[in-house]
Amino acid sequence: MATPLVVSEVSKSFTMHLRSGVKLPVVDNVNFSVAAGECVVLGGPSGVGKSSILKMLYGNYSVNEGQILITHGDRTVDIASADPRMVLALRRDVIGYVSQFLRTVPRVAAVDVVAEPLIAQRASQEAALARARELLAQLNLPERLWSLPPATFSGGEQQRVNIARGFITSHPVLLLDEPTASLDAANRAVVIDLIRAKKEEGAALLGIFHDAEVREAVADRTIDVSEFRAVGEAA
Amino acid sequence: MTIQQTDMATYNFAYLDEQTKRMIRRAILKAIAIPGYQVPFASREMPMPYGWGTGGVQVTASILGPDDVLKVIDQGADDTTNAVSIRAFFQRVANVAVTTHTKDATVIQTRHRIPEETLGKGQVLVYQVPIPEPLRYLEPRETETRKMHALEEYGLMHVKLYEDIARNGHIATTYAYPVKVEGRYVMDPSPTPKFDNPKMHMSEALQLFGAGREKRIYALPPHTEVVSLDFEDHPFEVQKFDQPCALCGAEGVYLDEVILDDKGGRMFVCSDTDHCEKRREEGHRGPLAAEAPEMQS
Amino acid sequence: MSDQPLLRVNAVTKYYGGRIGCEDVTVSLWPGEVLAVVGESGSGKTTLLNCISTRLPPTSGTVEYRMRDGQMRDLYRMGEAERRLLMRTDWGFVHQNPADGLRMTVSAGANVGERLMAVGDRHYGKIRAAAGDWLGRVEIDVDRIDDQPRDFSGGMRQRLQIARNLVTGPRLVFMDEPTGGLDVSVQARLLDLVRSLVADLGLSAIVVTHDLAVARLLSHRMLVMKDGHVIEHGLTDRVLDDPQEPYTQLLVSSILQV
Repeated sequence: MATPLVVSEVSKSFTMHLRSGVKLPVVDNVNFSVAAGECVVLGGPSGVGKSSILKMLYGNYSVNEGQILITHGDRTVDIASADPRMVLALRRDVIGYVSQFLRTVPRVAAVDVVAEPLIAQRASQEAALARARELLAQLNLPERLWSLPPATFSGGEQQRVNIARGFITSHPVLLLDEPTASLDAANRAVVIDLIRAKKEEGAALLGIFHDAEVREAVADRTIDVSEFRAVGEAA
Repeated sequence: MTIQQTDMATYNFAYLDEQTKRMIRRAILKAIAIPGYQVPFASREMPMPYGWGTGGVQVTASILGPDDVLKVIDQGADDTTNAVSIRAFFQRVANVAVTTHTKDATVIQTRHRIPEETLGKGQVLVYQVPIPEPLRYLEPRETETRKMHALEEYGLMHVKLYEDIARNGHIATTYAYPVKVEGRYVMDPSPTPKFDNPKMHMSEALQLFGAGREKRIYALPPHTEVVSLDFEDHPFEVQKFDQPCALCGAEGVYLDEVILDDKGGRMFVCSDTDHCEKRREEGHRGPLAAEAPEMQS
Repeated sequence: MSDQPLLRVNAVTKYYGGRIGCEDVTVSLWPGEVLAVVGESGSGKTTLLNCISTRLPPTSGTVEYRMRDGQMRDLYRMGEAERRLLMRTDWGFVHQNPADGLRMTVSAGANVGERLMAVGDRHYGKIRAAAGDWLGRVEIDVDRIDDQPRDFSGGMRQRLQIARNLVTGPRLVFMDEPTGGLDVSVQARLLDLVRSLVADLGLSAIVVTHDLAVARLLSHRMLVMKDGHVIEHGLTDRVLDDPQEPYTQLLVSSILQV
């Protein structure tokens, strides 16, 4: 469990068939690992592939070469070559993801959105909802919004729902893509606390933080993704 | 009353040729072997149009023998037009003895009623059937209904009864009430009132059903289990009349309403004329016995 | 999710004379999983759905289903009686046009109760109560239990169809364009209903749709079909966010942004 996440010789490129098959390299020979209890930051200029790496780790993007090894219970699984059901099982129990944007489902209340990952883990509805409310309160989301679907929320409000949803479980690995982008200082501080708590729990965190303040508060080390720049740019 | 015709008819016995009778008898045997199952048969052109009992007539013609005694009733009465015509037809083409007494008949052809008197061993009741398929009005496709019978898929039948209860508070079907035969086939008992359904159950007589236009024959051999469909909380019930027969005072029999005048006067009398006559001969009198118009016999 | 698949489709192929309906499709489905089959008109997705749900015998290939007793059975080797019973109890089929999946001249309650009566329920009160309960779950006013679907709106008819299919607790539901032809707000409500029912009841489902948003919302995995072939498959969000095949990229890029 010491190193729940190991990325080994991963490379990816996009092939744009709609543009006559133009190949867009993303990253090449990515190698790093994240240990339990540490928060690693992916750094580098915009467009270098930071988000893409997170998405590959989550199984949302395909991988051209290499392995992404995750500790799943007492075994090690390679997400890059795992079948969809395995990826779903890993997402349910092992890897969490706080994305940049909340994809809203019509008619589902914010508190239910947040509670969903716990319920997927077979927690009781009451326990899951109670924990969801705790987190939303901690993130200062006004209570009158809890029973409303987030589609009409502001960017910051949606982001807080996203964060609560990502932090509600005890996933050993947590991926964070600009979690504080739309937040004010007070809520940034809350997120920093949440991240610190996760580290103490022994979770392995990997994140992209635009905000220097947050980055400095939580990062144990930074990986410069431009190291993994793909050789050979798009034609 | 029993009449004997003396001059010989010039038809083949009972009108149908022997090969046709064989074909129909084979269908009857098959029907008896599979109680409640509709057996297709090659229905012949008869000297009466469809809708006038050609199915029943063909069945009767196929089973009649020179020693049989035939009774024909229509809505329980021996003296209505159809009963008279069909009886006369068989007298002419089979020279067979006829009767109005249920007890004395070996073959009884009926339209839409079962005699009140319990039938016994050796008697045959032949029903005239318009539409043999109980599911027809719910499922117009013959291809589907055949499958439903074959695969015992009768949920739709209960849907109809459910609808009755939902709309009327009770099952509103009062005639041609569907029954389940030997726990397997759902059958239409012909448009007899549901009052008569219990009589079909475990009868000692053989019951045959003929549908001429639809070309189907089905049967209930003696001692066959016949159960009317219902719901546990809406069990099958027969009609009850709140008064006895006006002529003979019989209770627990099916009554016809007879309009007496144009001022709304009416009386309720036995639908089964033979039964009523017998009771009156035995001395039973109903409340209107004196005032009733003279019954033709 | 358990280890044994609920449904195994092996090399299913259907030819209409010389024309390909679908060719060589192999896929498995596990309990609690929703599989979307997407493609444009003529892609073969409806043909595939019909072959899998035993409504259309394939030219070659097999479809195996795990019965409640755990046994894996070849559906086309099964007797028709057994297959029809399966379709009425363990499966559901939601048609694109609700009128195809309902009895329009029979009350809503009878529509929902029919399957119960078909498997031997004989207590009117209980059947009616179950029907009323399901109408509530699909958000149809219980007062309408005696009304006929002829008097219902399109969205209500579709929800009634869903109730009719789910009353016997099926483990696998097939849906053919379940939101086709419905207004957008009605669609949203229906999709949300389907989503929660699938989650609450642990249903497996195969949903045919040309609407990628429906696929994203409802399904875990996706098959993309073109000209009768599966040209891409995988995790739904992966196929939609990182499409590999040219046709899939075309499909995804063609979605109008709101």
